[in-house]
Amino acid sequence: MRFSVVFLVALRALRRNTMRSILTSLGIIIGIGAVIAIVSMGNGTKARVEAQVAALGQNIITVYPGSFSSGGMRGGFGSSATLTVEDAEAIMAEIADIDGVSPEVRDRNQVLANGLNWNTNVYGESPDYPYIKNWNVVQGAMFTEQDVKSLAKVAVIGKTVVDNLFPNEDPIGQTLRIRNLPFRVVGVLDVKGFSLFGSDQDDVVIIPYSSHMRRVSRRTSISSILVQGASAEKLDVVKQRIEDLLTQRRKGREPDFTVRTQEELAQTATETTKAMTVLLSCIAFVSLAVGGIGVMNIMLVSVTERTREIGIRLAIGAHGSDVLTQFLIEAVLLSVLGGILGILCGIGASELGSIYMGFPTLIAPWSIFVAVGVSTAVGLIFGFFPALKAAKLDPIDALRYE
Amino acid sequence: MAPVVQIKDIHKIYDSGEVPVHAVRGVSLDIHKGEFVALMGASGSGKSTLMNMLGCLDRPTRGTYKLDGIDVSALDRNELADIRNQKLGFVFQGFNLLARTTALENVELPMLYGRTRKLSTSEIRERAHHCLEIVGLANRADHMPNQLSGGQQQRVAIARGLVNEPQVLLADEPTGNLDSKTSIEVMGVFQRLNDEGISIVMVTHELDIAHYCKRNLILRDGVVVRDEAVANRSIAAVELAKLKSAEAAAKLTASPAAH
Ligand SMILES: Nc1ncnc2c1ncn2[C@@H]1O[C@H](COP(=O)(O)OP(=O)(O)O)[C@@H](O)[C@H]1O
Ligand SMILES: [Mg+2]
Repeated sequence: MRFSVVFLVALRALRRNTMRSILTSLGIIIGIGAVIAIVSMGNGTKARVEAQVAALGQNIITVYPGSFSSGGMRGGFGSSATLTVEDAEAIMAEIADIDGVSPEVRDRNQVLANGLNWNTNVYGESPDYPYIKNWNVVQGAMFTEQDVKSLAKVAVIGKTVVDNLFPNEDPIGQTLRIRNLPFRVVGVLDVKGFSLFGSDQDDVVIIPYSSHMRRVSRRTSISSILVQGASAEKLDVVKQRIEDLLTQRRKGREPDFTVRTQEELAQTATETTKAMTVLLSCIAFVSLAVGGIGVMNIMLVSVTERTREIGIRLAIGAHGSDVLTQFLIEAVLLSVLGGILGILCGIGASELGSIYMGFPTLIAPWSIFVAVGVSTAVGLIFGFFPALKAAKLDPIDALRYE
Repeated sequence: MAPVVQIKDIHKIYDSGEVPVHAVRGVSLDIHKGEFVALMGASGSGKSTLMNMLGCLDRPTRGTYKLDGIDVSALDRNELADIRNQKLGFVFQGFNLLARTTALENVELPMLYGRTRKLSTSEIRERAHHCLEIVGLANRADHMPNQLSGGQQQRVAIARGLVNEPQVLLADEPTGNLDSKTSIEVMGVFQRLNDEGISIVMVTHELDIAHYCKRNLILRDGVVVRDEAVANRSIAAVELAKLKSAEAAAKLTASPAAH
């Protein structure tokens, strides 16, 4: 018997029971839909993380106080006060292939202006900071090396601070008070949005690190050192040189610092989302398997219910293989149909998720091919047993079946 | 000419249950082209068992069966399926049409499973339509079985049995589910087909139905106890005409009484 004819027969059989066909496919629809939606969310999150990592600036090396080698992530991170401005100056002076260095001092402070007050991040940085972070000063200008030397009371502020302290006026030239010290606003930074970890990057006041250390926080150590590498190729070499230099400066003491490149930081961020995606995908595949069992269940019921039909076909001259093929095609059609509807539902769900709940989503083309392949396989695998059962029926018994 | 059906001493023993049942015990039978045979007998006498063997749905435990010169006893499952498809037509008591499938598609079914003749979709459609015409149901081609009366369903089933131009049409109690008038109509269709040369074997336990056939076989306990030609058999067209005039007469006498 020609395949096209069996195909026609199977199609007619499905059409005879449209409602049940749809209900049977429901498991596959949900399973495939979940896979597509989850993969697209994972994909979207990954793309967003990558975009945010790129927005951090390029070829950046960060030196943190404390050692990672003592075990867990960020074990003593920030707790030890071992990095100094001299370390940063040494890096700037002695290491080649570097475009900029910024010693960083960070804390949170209450900032006042115009009778308004706002609790915000106050960062001490060098004038290289906007260049390193790829973050433009859109109004006014960055403070200068001279300001660093003179412990000038000047500040460059982010958009959120502008909105909260200078809602209706040009902030340039205005004064804001940090710990009751007046700082003159010399620049406003471009809008940057939220960071990888969900904090508002525009909620910031940047002042010279020297002013921060001497006037505001009165600290002798710094929070970290930002280093701008000249090129991606040299980044690992530069990292090594920094490690060597700082080790040498410690004169045999335990290394109490950690050097990380941008890439290494990004990796930990993407790994988290990857683990999340894998976990959710597992759940989605389980639901797909459940959908497949649903198909098998309905096909078994259908074989029993259609015993007479099978008997008629066999009596009239169908071979066992014709019946087998028919039921297999029915199962595959059901699951592929479910797969296609599932793909549409998955795309719809991820669109809705991104519109109404702000999930970053990106449909992965491969996930659609995989979904079609998987649903075909589910149909074949879970349809085979019922189809075999149908094919092995004895025509006389089947015809007599009530 | 060689007989279409040639059976020599066939037996059927069912030994699926606790006690083996010897349902057919040595039947020998020749049926020639153009015969119209009624197989009669009490319930449990082995009629269906014999029909199943004639229909190549079941194999005899013993004995030989030649259908159109082919020794069927030696064939495997698929070869039997092809024989059923090409040489036999089936009509069942319960019609056995595919539900929610149009009359036309039901009639097309045997052609879909045909392996020797490859017909195009339009040829299949045409032939199915032609067979519905033969049984007088061309105007019901698009109807589903549940939109047809019992007699109409049985005629669709007959059309399906005819569509591959079989050597023998086998019918197991084809009028069993029909009222007497519809039964006569169906017998009329059989008689017309038989007049055109199709051999028919049917099971019935109704004497008056058997009277429309040309030859009556009576089975008792798995053995043929009588085999005779039907003398002055009933002609469906005549009987229907009689019924009609009787009905008309009843109406004439009944209708004034109704007022
Ligand atoms: N599949 C079967 N298994 C066992 N016994 C059967 C089977 N089919 C029929 N029989 C027995 O064989 C005998 C003949 O049955 P059957 O051919 O159906 O008779 P009829 O059609 O004349 O009523 C009965 O005694 C019946 O019980
Ligand atoms: Mg019977």
